[in-house]
Amino acid sequence: MDLLNAVVALLNFVLIPATAYGAQLALGALGVTLIYGILRFSNFAHGDTMAFGTTITILFTWWFQSMGLGLGPLPTALLALPFGIAGAAFLMLGTDRVVYRFYRAQKAVPVILVIVSMGVMFVYNGLVRFIIGVDEQRFADGNRFIISARDFKEMTGLDEGLALKSTQAITLVVAAIAVALLFWFLNKTRTGKSMRAFSDNEDLALLSGINPERVVLVTWLIVAALATVAGTLYGLDKGFKPFVYFQLLLPIFAAAIVGGLGSPLGAIAGGFVIAYSEVMITYAWKKVAGYLLPESLEPDGLAQLLSTDYKFAVSFSILVIVLLFKPTGLFKGQSV
Amino acid sequence: MTQSMRAPLLFAFVAALFLLEGLTDAWIFSGSWNTSLSILNMALVSAVMALGVNLQWGFAGLFNVGVMGFVALGGLATVLIAMPPSPGAWAAGGYQILLGLVLGAASIAAAILAYTRLPRGRRRVVVMLAILVGGFFLYRWIFDAGVQAVESINPAVTGNLGGLNPCGDYRACGWMTIISWPVGGLLAAGAAWIIGKTALGLRSDYLAIATLGIAEIVIAVLKNEDWLSRGVKNVIGIPRPVPYEVDLQNDPGFVERAAGLGLEPTLASTLYVKFGYAILFTIVLVLILWLAQKALASPWGRMMRAIRDNETAAEAMGKDVKARHLQIFILGSAVCGLAGAMMTTLDGQLTPGTYQPLRFTFLVWVMMIVGGSGNNFGAVLGGFLVWWLWVQVEPLGAWLADLVTAGMAEDNAFRTRIMDAVAHMRLFTMGVVMLVMLRFAPRGLLPER
Repeated sequence: MDLLNAVVALLNFVLIPATAYGAQLALGALGVTLIYGILRFSNFAHGDTMAFGTTITILFTWWFQSMGLGLGPLPTALLALPFGIAGAAFLMLGTDRVVYRFYRAQKAVPVILVIVSMGVMFVYNGLVRFIIGVDEQRFADGNRFIISARDFKEMTGLDEGLALKSTQAITLVVAAIAVALLFWFLNKTRTGKSMRAFSDNEDLALLSGINPERVVLVTWLIVAALATVAGTLYGLDKGFKPFVYFQLLLPIFAAAIVGGLGSPLGAIAGGFVIAYSEVMITYAWKKVAGYLLPESLEPDGLAQLLSTDYKFAVSFSILVIVLLFKPTGLFKGQSV
Repeated sequence: MTQSMRAPLLFAFVAALFLLEGLTDAWIFSGSWNTSLSILNMALVSAVMALGVNLQWGFAGLFNVGVMGFVALGGLATVLIAMPPSPGAWAAGGYQILLGLVLGAASIAAAILAYTRLPRGRRRVVVMLAILVGGFFLYRWIFDAGVQAVESINPAVTGNLGGLNPCGDYRACGWMTIISWPVGGLLAAGAAWIIGKTALGLRSDYLAIATLGIAEIVIAVLKNEDWLSRGVKNVIGIPRPVPYEVDLQNDPGFVERAAGLGLEPTLASTLYVKFGYAILFTIVLVLILWLAQKALASPWGRMMRAIRDNETAAEAMGKDVKARHLQIFILGSAVCGLAGAMMTTLDGQLTPGTYQPLRFTFLVWVMMIVGGSGNNFGAVLGGFLVWWLWVQVEPLGAWLADLVTAGMAEDNAFRTRIMDAVAHMRLFTMGVVMLVMLRFAPRGLLPER
């Protein structure tokens, strides 16, 4: 019985939240890694791209809600998601046209593009503030729980409750669909193949007649979709606050680098590695240990390795360790 | 316009902006010398920060986006040096905290030693992990008890270790604050050494991510380690190197002199204090600018630029690229730390909750890019100009919004919306300024020669 309780507590407080968070990070990291693979720079504006896409999604969600349009038990935001993606895509294509294309034509070194993306980050951040302000927005509606902790306790008779929030389940389902679509696109379609070819060897790709502008265009579209989906899922799960999205940049980059920059599979793995370690290291293990250990061995304190405020330190430490011992990441990424 | 005329003209333009701020209240200016001096003081500090970043990026091509962390460490130094020690804190747990920290550092050092000395293989990994895990628990065991003891001492007022100021009263020994400036530089330099040792060998954008992460961690430490910096409870009343306004107003001699100049005592005292800061900061800025100019013109500076422009060639000439990078990374970070200490002195308080990367890292980058990377005068100019713009964007935006919505009623929905948006103009404007500069004048207002 104690063992079951321990497992349930672990599921409830560690595994389920970390899996949902990992899926959100993985989607974000996929965007970063795609830009790195195709356009060959680290996009500092990615966090704010996510915020922008989410902002548009929230606006449409509110509009739909005011018209009484909804998906019943599912959040209305899912209905608004395509519009958010379209908004983000519009912005990114515009940015590419006005800003990035010039540097591409110049064949500017990557670090210049990184600095340029810092400027873009400022602009996006300002745009989001113009549109929706800096306050926290909650836009999740529909059913809150698939299983609530109380129902679970009544069903099983265990002391520990297991809550499965619908946003967590939706996160996993949507992320799985998005990733499946992305991999199908990259591996099976002609455009996807040309993107991979372009990422592997630009000169060879150009030689075989691949149109670079088209590859770049498709990349921005995909990145806009991924960023908006990641941002909306994160916002549904934890609430939307522009500044938090900016701070997500660090774990997202950590995930992309840990997995190997430029490798989509690595980005997903990296997302989960970062999410699990963040949650596990900052979780207070007292409860689980209380069920598993005999009373004499129970810890006095919270048995928390680091306070939750240091979650950045966790993603950062993993990043440094991976960079020191395996600079190309877990899955062999590009290391130029 | 020739290159030699350009710098004096641009600096004269900036000077005119600050003079206009004090002289006239037409257009977006406030007509208050008080405001003008406030902006000037922060601009001086910003110029020092921009010089620090310029050392790293302009001289050596090192991509540091962790400026905020170094600035915050400098701010911490003012607390650790200039504040009076909290009564009983050291005896209660201060030494225990130090012991814990030393043990933690020692176990990391031992792990590194084990990794480098032991032969390759599984045993090496196991030994290293055992040292790290054991060291961590030992460290937490000793450290946590000390922290608890210190933080439980009068948590509403202190709850931290405090500093080294021997004078007790917070108004005495203001000169300790000036000592804390170089100490702030040293703290930042120490942090830079640790980061540089691990991350400098990596590619430029990895270094960027690493410094970004370190900055967030420094802020997290300041926010959460109450024994060190009181966390989000803030440290207020840091001693000042300049007189207090109240003391000046109570000084008959000062009031008389103010009256002689036709000023009322309250205004005269605030101006006096701000002017005092401005002079101190100007001395520091001129000193660092002079040193940076000397360094740039020296063989060392030429070597740095050679390394920046072509690492392989410099290495072929026998230059130790990694060591030079580490050196200049530490120097630049130290300058940022110094500026951070100056800023905290100016504020008179350390508020860890207010450090934000957009304001303290990326804005400094905008300053350097606008001014001209690789040119010290450019960085200083950028510091002044961009800080002025950062402050004045709001009145400027309000003026623009007024102009656009001139014909509309006071409660027009569009008008109120625009007026609300003005408050968020800053970041957007900075981004546009940066992008425009990068596109049309990538070498900045005062390009490197």
